[in-house]
Amino acid sequence: MTVTVEIHDVTKRFGHVEAVRDVSFTLPEGETIALVGHNGAGKTTLLKLMLGLIRPSRGNIRVLGEDPAAGEFAARRRLGYLPENVSFNSALTGRETLAFYARLKREGSGALAPLLERVGLSHAADRRVGTYSKGMRQRLGLAQALLGAPRILLLDEPTTGLDPALRQSFYEIIEELRGHGATVLLSSHALTELEERAGRVVIMNRGLKVADGSLDELRRIAQLPTRIRLKVAASGIADVQSRLAPLGDWRRVNGHMLEIAAGSDQKIELLRRATAESGPIEDVDVAPPTLDELYAHFLRSQEVPR
Amino acid sequence: MRNILIVAGKEIQEGLRNRWVLATTLLLAALALTLTFLGSAPTGNVGVRALDVVIVSLSSLTIFLVPLIALLISHDAIVGEMERGTMVLLLSYPVARWQVLLGKFVGHLAILAFATLVGYGAAAGALAATGTTIDSQSWVAFASMVGSSILLGAAFVAVGYCVSSLVRDRGTAAGISIGIWLLFVLIYDMGLLGLLVVDQGRTVSGSILSALLLLNPTDVYRLFNLTSSGNVSAFSGMAGVAQTSHLTPPVLLAALAVWALVPLTLAAVAFSRREL
Repeated sequence: MTVTVEIHDVTKRFGHVEAVRDVSFTLPEGETIALVGHNGAGKTTLLKLMLGLIRPSRGNIRVLGEDPAAGEFAARRRLGYLPENVSFNSALTGRETLAFYARLKREGSGALAPLLERVGLSHAADRRVGTYSKGMRQRLGLAQALLGAPRILLLDEPTTGLDPALRQSFYEIIEELRGHGATVLLSSHALTELEERAGRVVIMNRGLKVADGSLDELRRIAQLPTRIRLKVAASGIADVQSRLAPLGDWRRVNGHMLEIAAGSDQKIELLRRATAESGPIEDVDVAPPTLDELYAHFLRSQEVPR
Repeated sequence: MRNILIVAGKEIQEGLRNRWVLATTLLLAALALTLTFLGSAPTGNVGVRALDVVIVSLSSLTIFLVPLIALLISHDAIVGEMERGTMVLLLSYPVARWQVLLGKFVGHLAILAFATLVGYGAAAGALAATGTTIDSQSWVAFASMVGSSILLGAAFVAVGYCVSSLVRDRGTAAGISIGIWLLFVLIYDMGLLGLLVVDQGRTVSGSILSALLLLNPTDVYRLFNLTSSGNVSAFSGMAGVAQTSHLTPPVLLAALAVWALVPLTLAAVAFSRREL
């Protein structure tokens, strides 16, 4: 597996504020990584460091084998970036704007029309960007990030302002690029949305990396309980507790539903008992801990010892 | 080089689209034509050197207007793009910061040059079209007036970039630019005049005065145009200055070029050090 981005013990200070502290990670090609954290957790700073827009105070960064801040441009040509709240000069049309960025990346003008088509802007390509809605500007931003078949895509809050249908097609485009070996780094607040898409999650808090791994790995580390909901026939609700004991941590949702927070070691055992013959259980719902819960867990676990 | 041209092309495209080019060209042409035909009133129709009179009035117009236009289009160049958020995206592309700055400079200068050439050219053309005879000497003086006007514009575009790459927000940049315009165009000369009157020629020698004049690009421009040809300096009442001045036209042109290059370099340094 080829590594496209290497970040090694990087610290970035702005005056007295340490925006990023001793962060290290590597990003391989062909993977979608979610960069998650509060506002001010250091996500945008990390992206800017990878772009070479700012230099690290300490540590070093390699993007496609180059120091991004050294002024070498070979890597930047293979890199797509979508800034948070992307904006364009409002006097030019969408096509003119995209053509300008294409020229800077030495892309032929033949690439423009298919790209505009792909993000669904063909009908508005010759209107001024000033007349665009937020979602349309976001799509134009995505189009410029996709110029030149990038090997690395850095997307800061990419789906804000996109309606659900566009979100879907956005993730399809991302998935296709990833399939061709691109590294896709998504920075976002929309955790539920990232859950199915990101193969790996990096959680940042106050400039520190607090967790890094696939969703399954993080679940294992966090040992958060799986939530099991049992729908019980009204008659059986009274004795279900004794039948299933030991239940551990549980609560009654309503007259015919129980919710059990089961640790990973007792989950299967509990399900087996619950679905045993002649049991009063009518339906079972199993929900593993969501990215939201994992995120909250890692933030808490970091804050306690400090 | 190609990146510079790409950025310059975009600036020109934007200038055309948001009517900057049209507005400045029309403004300069309208004022130049007005001065050409109203300005000939005091000399009457007997003046055989009509274009020389036009050069005197147009260079006075340039001193007021060109620095103002140059600062208006340039003060926003860096800080404005940063505030709007377009700069971060642009700099994530394979383009260096100095290329962005130089590209903008080329683009803005092209807009200014176009407006000056067309605007002032219209005045000279109108004069020629109405049957006035103009000799080649006057044409040369006119051409050097237009050329040095563009150079003066370049100096103030560069000063505007310098401001734009140093300050934190657009309002500050606009305020400082207005201050710079007032200083160079109005206050400096008044101060200099006051100094000469008070001093009565005791300490301020000719060479100190020359040095003081070089410190203001608009004075450099004025000296260059109003003393360069004998006829023009006679019309402008600057003949006396022209004879005593050590400042030859090449020196003055070089001074204007320095006034463009030094602020541009400072702007490039400030911009490259700036954190985004």
